[in-house]
Amino acid sequence: MRDVAVVAFAQSHHSGEDQGIAETEMVLPVITEIKERTGLSRFGFTCSGSCDYLQGAPFAFVSALDTLGAWPPISESHVEMDGAWALYEAWVKLQIGAIDTALVYGFGKTSQGDLRAIMNQQLDPYTLAPLGVDQVSMAAMQARAYMDRSGVKEDDLRAVAARSRASGRENPFALHLPDPEGDGYDVAPLHPCDVAPVTDGAAAIVLAAGDRARELCERPAWITGIDHRVEPHALGVRDLTRSASARLAGEKAGAAGIEVAELHAQFSHEELILREALGLDDGVSVNPSGGALSANPVMAAGLIRIGEAASRIHDGTASRTLGHAASGPCLQQNLVCVLSGENNG
Amino acid sequence: MAKSCAVIGIGQTQYKTKRLDVSMAGLLREAARRALDDAGLTWKDIDAIVVGKAPDLFEGVVMPELFLADALGATGKPLLRVHTAGSVGGSTAIVAANLIQSGVHERVLTLAWEKQSESNATWALTVNGPFTTSLVVGAGGYFAPHIRAYMRRSGAPDHIGTLVAVKDRQNALRNPYAHLKIPGISREMVESTPMLWEPIRYLETCPSSDGACAMVLASEDAAKKAPNPPAWVHGTAMRSEPMQFAGRDSVSPQGGKDAAADVYRQAGITDPRRELDCAEVYVPFSWYEPMWLENLGFCGDSEGWKLTEAGATAFDGDIPWNPSGGVLSSNPIGASGMIRFAEAALQVRGRAGEHQVDGARRALGHAYGGGAQFFAMWIVGSDKP
Repeated sequence: MRDVAVVAFAQSHHSGEDQGIAETEMVLPVITEIKERTGLSRFGFTCSGSCDYLQGAPFAFVSALDTLGAWPPISESHVEMDGAWALYEAWVKLQIGAIDTALVYGFGKTSQGDLRAIMNQQLDPYTLAPLGVDQVSMAAMQARAYMDRSGVKEDDLRAVAARSRASGRENPFALHLPDPEGDGYDVAPLHPCDVAPVTDGAAAIVLAAGDRARELCERPAWITGIDHRVEPHALGVRDLTRSASARLAGEKAGAAGIEVAELHAQFSHEELILREALGLDDGVSVNPSGGALSANPVMAAGLIRIGEAASRIHDGTASRTLGHAASGPCLQQNLVCVLSGENNG
Repeated sequence: MAKSCAVIGIGQTQYKTKRLDVSMAGLLREAARRALDDAGLTWKDIDAIVVGKAPDLFEGVVMPELFLADALGATGKPLLRVHTAGSVGGSTAIVAANLIQSGVHERVLTLAWEKQSESNATWALTVNGPFTTSLVVGAGGYFAPHIRAYMRRSGAPDHIGTLVAVKDRQNALRNPYAHLKIPGISREMVESTPMLWEPIRYLETCPSSDGACAMVLASEDAAKKAPNPPAWVHGTAMRSEPMQFAGRDSVSPQGGKDAAADVYRQAGITDPRRELDCAEVYVPFSWYEPMWLENLGFCGDSEGWKLTEAGATAFDGDIPWNPSGGVLSSNPIGASGMIRFAEAALQVRGRAGEHQVDGARRALGHAYGGGAQFFAMWIVGSDKP
């Protein structure tokens, strides 16, 4: 495989409240920032990730395209997925060898709709969506099953949330949420702190290959492995206490010897399931950014995990990190990107 | 550099107004099984799945590839979902081809679909973002003024669109999968239908269809083992430009010209009209044939309508366009681009049946979308490049 690295990462100051700006206005500052930082205004390929239903109208990516200054016309594509999968598409394009740089971005203005109602529309439309099941209820079932198997208690989940929130308060881009308090449930056994907050935000990453990466970044975060896998949709045919797709993606991506892992866990128990699936021991620093429990801009949150994992390499505080993205109910789909500061090329 | 990529399997469903006999999953399975059978493969031979469709509002399911994952045979495999508006069927095929050309995978199943009967596409296309307003109703409302601008600047007479409407529907009579089959289709019949969006008449528009298209793409090694002749990918290109800014030429968009130039360069083509044997081009409103003839460099500016009028693009013309009947005859929107790509491949594989263009060895597949701002194209050939 060709050597490809994350050479720049930019993200918005995420917001838990509707700031009265359109998605286009959320995307523009991160695109501007990443162009300034890399000194690039044209890229070999551009790919974005978003979801039309967040704005309740078709073609959310069309207006976001206006922020790129896509003139003369650019080579561009879009996945109706988290931006992490847009990064995967761009990585594949770079592997062919005809281009040396790619711009990837993801965005979601989650506050302008009812996320739980929207995500209900993600379920099987013939058998499941009409029941009105929401993603938090399904996550609660998964949490219950996982706690039954592992012996983990509600306080252990709360500890995950507390650690994430404390880290998030150290992160200028995340929401600054207080320490968890109170005994009330969202959907038992999940307390409100165990559920990712509604968040608006955007992020962008620049990928570059070989020498181009070395020119653009002092310490590129080389992608040593990237893989994604999906499981069936129906919860009844999966072992919800384990993530088979995350385990497989981790194996294929070569997730070993990780120092820092940024996991797209939207519920506290998901972090524990993912740690197990990816073989991350207690020595691994998980979600030093605060993770999705501190800021979860839908369709950008997974891409941000890769960006945060790359940042630890850019700043020299780690040499082998992992970024993860998830999609679908109860971790149905998982992507793992392993990054390294070492490069033999 | 890019590794070789071949189309070794193609499957399509019957296109029709309502497929009440199948769910979305059933529709996709039908196309996928036919593509796998053509390729002599089973689900377990497939390394990854790339699926495309147009906006989720068309069926009202958010990111439907998730509920379809196991029906697509994707369990334990990578699954990507592409969405680039009307060009998506073409873009999806290109993303799948990239997975082969990069050496990441050996065999990729790619599918595109729309089951428009489960919602209302014209309504879905009329809803605008929360910060903008629009008086445009459906795609026809958007494209009619651009067609009018083309007529004015090219001097095309009023009947050119009618000729395309008749020609494509005549071609559809040869295609077993086509949605609209209108025996005895004639200019008089088209001209007698209501004006929807001046100058677009009812029979100058595409239908709303349910349908799916699937292809199996393979590496050179995998293609050698295929039971049926492959179509080799000679070039792919995607281009996007902003929807609106002062000076943008939305009649003949630069993105279309650039993508065509790029794909011709990759395929070593300098004169597309002479060097291509046929083309499957995204013509959802009849007038887009002369417009795209110019945009794709088959002739000079304002000359496209003359080619159409002279019969150059007819089934027996020197450069047949849309021998399958095209988008005007079958339009499951998310699949329409992939159908163009697949039909181009069928032609160079010599497997297009009654609508086979004799001796077709190189063909263009084309798709566009958004406000005529997204373009996806590929050129396929009988010979390995």
